[in-house]
Amino acid sequence: MERYYQKEIETASAEQIREWQNERFLKTLAHVWKNNTYYRKKMIDRGVIPEDIHSVDDLWKLPYLTKDDLREAYPYGLMSAPLSDCVRIQSTSGTTGKRVVAFYTKEDIDLWEDCCARAIVAAGGTKEDVVQVCYGYGLFTGGNGLHGGSHKVGCLTLPMSSGNTERQLQFMVDLESTILCCTPSYAAYLAESIYEKGIRNDIKLKAGIFGAEAWTEEMRRDIESRLGIKAYDIYGLTELSGPGVAFECCEQSGMHINEDHFIVETIDPDTGKVLPEGEKGELVFTSITKRAFPLLRYRTKDIAVLKREKCSCGRTFVKMSKPMGRSDDMLIIKGVNVFPSQIETVLLNQGLTSNYQIIVDRVGTTDSIEINVEMTPELFSDTINTIEIRERQITDAMKSMLGIFAKVSIVEPKSIIRSEGKAVRVIDKRKLYG
Amino acid sequence: MSVRQLSVFAENKQGSLYETTAILSEAGINIRAFSVADTNEYGVIRMIVDDPRTAAYSLSSEGKIVSVTDVVGVQISDSQGGLSKLLGIVSQAGINVEYLYAFVSSIPNTANVVLRVSDNETTEKILRESGYSLLTDEIARTQI
Repeated sequence: MERYYQKEIETASAEQIREWQNERFLKTLAHVWKNNTYYRKKMIDRGVIPEDIHSVDDLWKLPYLTKDDLREAYPYGLMSAPLSDCVRIQSTSGTTGKRVVAFYTKEDIDLWEDCCARAIVAAGGTKEDVVQVCYGYGLFTGGNGLHGGSHKVGCLTLPMSSGNTERQLQFMVDLESTILCCTPSYAAYLAESIYEKGIRNDIKLKAGIFGAEAWTEEMRRDIESRLGIKAYDIYGLTELSGPGVAFECCEQSGMHINEDHFIVETIDPDTGKVLPEGEKGELVFTSITKRAFPLLRYRTKDIAVLKREKCSCGRTFVKMSKPMGRSDDMLIIKGVNVFPSQIETVLLNQGLTSNYQIIVDRVGTTDSIEINVEMTPELFSDTINTIEIRERQITDAMKSMLGIFAKVSIVEPKSIIRSEGKAVRVIDKRKLYG
Repeated sequence: MSVRQLSVFAENKQGSLYETTAILSEAGINIRAFSVADTNEYGVIRMIVDDPRTAAYSLSSEGKIVSVTDVVGVQISDSQGGLSKLLGIVSQAGINVEYLYAFVSSIPNTANVVLRVSDNETTEKILRESGYSLLTDEIARTQI
């Protein structure tokens, strides 16, 4: 029999969900209007005031928020609760320029953890389970989110954070972990290591909750068969709280969006026009229960399809497909968000040209990023040692900007292929979206 | 007193050296000495040519990355122990050699050594005091 973390909510009727959404949306709008000058100004610029909004049906009247707004309003501009009520920040990967910070009150964290707890229970988690969390802890939302959710379910929680595969495997075997939470590529990497070590029969995993990056159905089947588990997808964004905005159930055919906390829309990314539910488009979320950092109509840049139909798991929340692509140029590499513009900034800061090419690949199960840069007179020297020192400076600057290692290769001037006068900036060989 | 050396960036790919020599040949440049230092991904071609200025101009107008560096050129005896003797003197003086390459000369029983050091002046002074003849651009152009 299907189990739920919050049965009455997760299986609520469409009317009930609608009622919650209307009430919470209007309350959030009033809260934002009163406390957030940044969004209030956006509304005024658009000629809309709270009196124009009577229900969720009027949502379309409100202006969109984008990542650019979050950067412009950085750090406190979109905070809607007094600092004294906020207890936590989380942040996206990236740089000073690109960093996005989100704030939480105690209650915000509580509700976020509820969302993660729903995902864990949907993946079969109970208080008898041992949950190994190998998402990064710290500013990244992955670790803290699933950790909190796991506590709520009452599971024994292993706050492993990312990396140190030896130790991960040792704990996995010794403590008999049953649920694994990490990025799908790390799960695949762990599976490989388990086979190499010949400890497949010593592990007790039954399920995995994998998110923070795109993965295909093929990858799911591969991980499932190698680890002998069920692999579940989870979706979220730091801007909206973190993982747990949507999660998969036993059907494994799309992720239920926690509609008691978020209103979802799909829009045409080019025109901004709202699309009928069921059409492929960019997902836009409105958070309706948050106090510190409620975002109204936040454009995710993720392209997906919504499906509202009876689900065999009994949950009534709408389902979103796996993201099928991005409407911007953001790359997700090893679970980290990377924008080509960040790379360009480093190159220009280092006195290089903006002629570069990013090659992303997945070797085995590990993402790799290589940046080809054209040699310049400033970088060149007759001694290899000098060139290598400069190369290292670029690599270090790249690492501190992106948060991950990127191999920098120097190529001949004018050797980077240009199409119609414009360089092809990114070659992604991973084919993540099938 | 020193000799001007041309360095050219070359990616490790087929035809890369030829591209450089073809440009120089086209420009009527005679290459007097040629050496390549390579890493996994790229190489640096180092050359002494008869006309460094024209050579550098031709290469860079073909999109090559070129640098011109002053290096120390010295004539040594083309006999057993010749190079070793020179390096002994350099080492004694506490001079660190970044790289060097050597080639025989058209002058009988003579070889030439190109040295890349951090301090050309001191090195040249020491070598002169030890009785060595140093190469100049003029000598490189005509006699080596």
